[in-house]
Amino acid sequence: MDPKAVHGFVGNKLSFSEVTPRDGIRMAAEMAAEDVVAIIGASGLRGRGGAGFPTGKKWEFARSQEGSSKYIICNADEGEPGTFKDRLILTDFPELVFAGMAIAGRAVGAEFGILYLRAEYGWLREHLDAALERCRAANTLGNNILGASDFSFDISIRMGSGAYVCGEETALLESLEGRRGDARNRIPFPVQAGYLGKPTVVNNVETLAWVPCIMVKGPSWFAAMGTRKAPGAWLFCVSGDCKRPGIYEYPFGTSLRQILSDVGAENAKAVQVGGASGTCVPPAQFDRTMTPGDLATGGSIIVFGAGQDMFAVAENFQHFFCDESCGQCIPCRLGNQRMLEAIGKMRKDGLTVDGERNVRQLAQTMTVASKCGLGQMSARAFLSILNNFSGELPGHV
Amino acid sequence: MDAQQTLRTEVEQLVRVHGRTRTALMPILQDLNRAHSYISEDAMLAVSDALNVPRAEVYGVATFYSYFSVKPRGTYVIRICRTISCAKQGEYHPAIAALFDELEIGMGETTSDGMFTIEQTNCIGMCDQGPAMMVNEIPHIKLTEASVRSILNEYRHAALAAKKAQ
Repeated sequence: MDPKAVHGFVGNKLSFSEVTPRDGIRMAAEMAAEDVVAIIGASGLRGRGGAGFPTGKKWEFARSQEGSSKYIICNADEGEPGTFKDRLILTDFPELVFAGMAIAGRAVGAEFGILYLRAEYGWLREHLDAALERCRAANTLGNNILGASDFSFDISIRMGSGAYVCGEETALLESLEGRRGDARNRIPFPVQAGYLGKPTVVNNVETLAWVPCIMVKGPSWFAAMGTRKAPGAWLFCVSGDCKRPGIYEYPFGTSLRQILSDVGAENAKAVQVGGASGTCVPPAQFDRTMTPGDLATGGSIIVFGAGQDMFAVAENFQHFFCDESCGQCIPCRLGNQRMLEAIGKMRKDGLTVDGERNVRQLAQTMTVASKCGLGQMSARAFLSILNNFSGELPGHV
Repeated sequence: MDAQQTLRTEVEQLVRVHGRTRTALMPILQDLNRAHSYISEDAMLAVSDALNVPRAEVYGVATFYSYFSVKPRGTYVIRICRTISCAKQGEYHPAIAALFDELEIGMGETTSDGMFTIEQTNCIGMCDQGPAMMVNEIPHIKLTEASVRSILNEYRHAALAAKKAQ
């Protein structure tokens, strides 16, 4: 199928449309590996999957590992509810993502790349394979890239089979190795021992797409877009009760109110920022900004209008976590089930003092004792709804 | 050749494509799942032997991922997005109601002719264009009662045409 059939609305001009991927690869090909790492480090680029780890630092760790067998993995297992930017990036800018992977390969000394594509995006496979062939024909992938005798890199695509947890990088590695998507313990980190035990960089689709842009336009161009503490811009996926849902690019530091005005959602009752594992923001806090440390996000913005029952939202997200918990650790497997029961009960009978204390204790246990981000984050949405919208529960005085 | 032998031959062909390594397990299961709409016990045994991976681990992987099934399903697996961002449709959006009405089955069930199975799924990345569903690997967006009925008819025609071609 033609990916354009489900392209969707893009609300403003994207920086990605201003860069030729080949130019980024050429710059990297003419540079020493440590200089490539230094440029990405200087830009302040952080991972766009949600955790926000500095990309330059991750690459430096991988670069300093011994051995020649290393891997660059593009995490295209976009599964956070309300997130669809990878869909757009892989449709419109696949060569930019592949260039980002090749440049990462140059930087850390890796010759193999794998793009792990979620099953739900299987319809993009043909389109991506065709883009890979174009890159090989243009020698921006393959042996001796753009004539550089010490720069070879190629990419293969591997499919997921439907598991949110595989967006967690160590679960993704397990899946690539032919196992259940059970998150691994760290240490070791993937940059030390990742895919098949080799040093591995796992970067998000959007992170990699920024890489050639930074190479071409310079780290100061990127840094100038955001704030001093949070350099750069970000793609936001806006859905829910708004007039113009779609993809929007904003620099860090943009206020939520600005975004709501642009998408036609001035009268929102609440906004879920960061997907099911994010937080629910009430109108009194709409002046907060999209910045790590304030509203950190993986890019998902779901708008709720006047008619929305907020505890129905909490229950919907809680169902999601029950479905998607991998089941290996108890705080997450059982905690999410108990939390779902508790939300159902409070929607029916209201909230007692004991009930609230129990559910907050449970949330804390899940947050501190779960093995991976899934369980650690899964109580956030519910708690923010409880803190701001408990007036909607029956029997509330 | 009996059915089991045919399966083993099929698995051997897949091993030639994907390799006789543990990392080939997912791609092989994905191909089997696509070809048969599910992964049968015989198929799991054949894969276990071919890759020398313990049977319990093949079963573990086959039952972990939501796109895999170890029970027979329809030729077309319809997955309805149940995430609240997807136009907040739930099971009761008129378009989704039309789907159940047209196929006369409930969630998780398969039509008696073995053509369609309806399942729920989490976010499929079409939140800006919901309500949305996948039919096998193809997404369908901005669903309405009318579009759901015509989409189902297209798949029925496709299945008929495929049958005639055999």
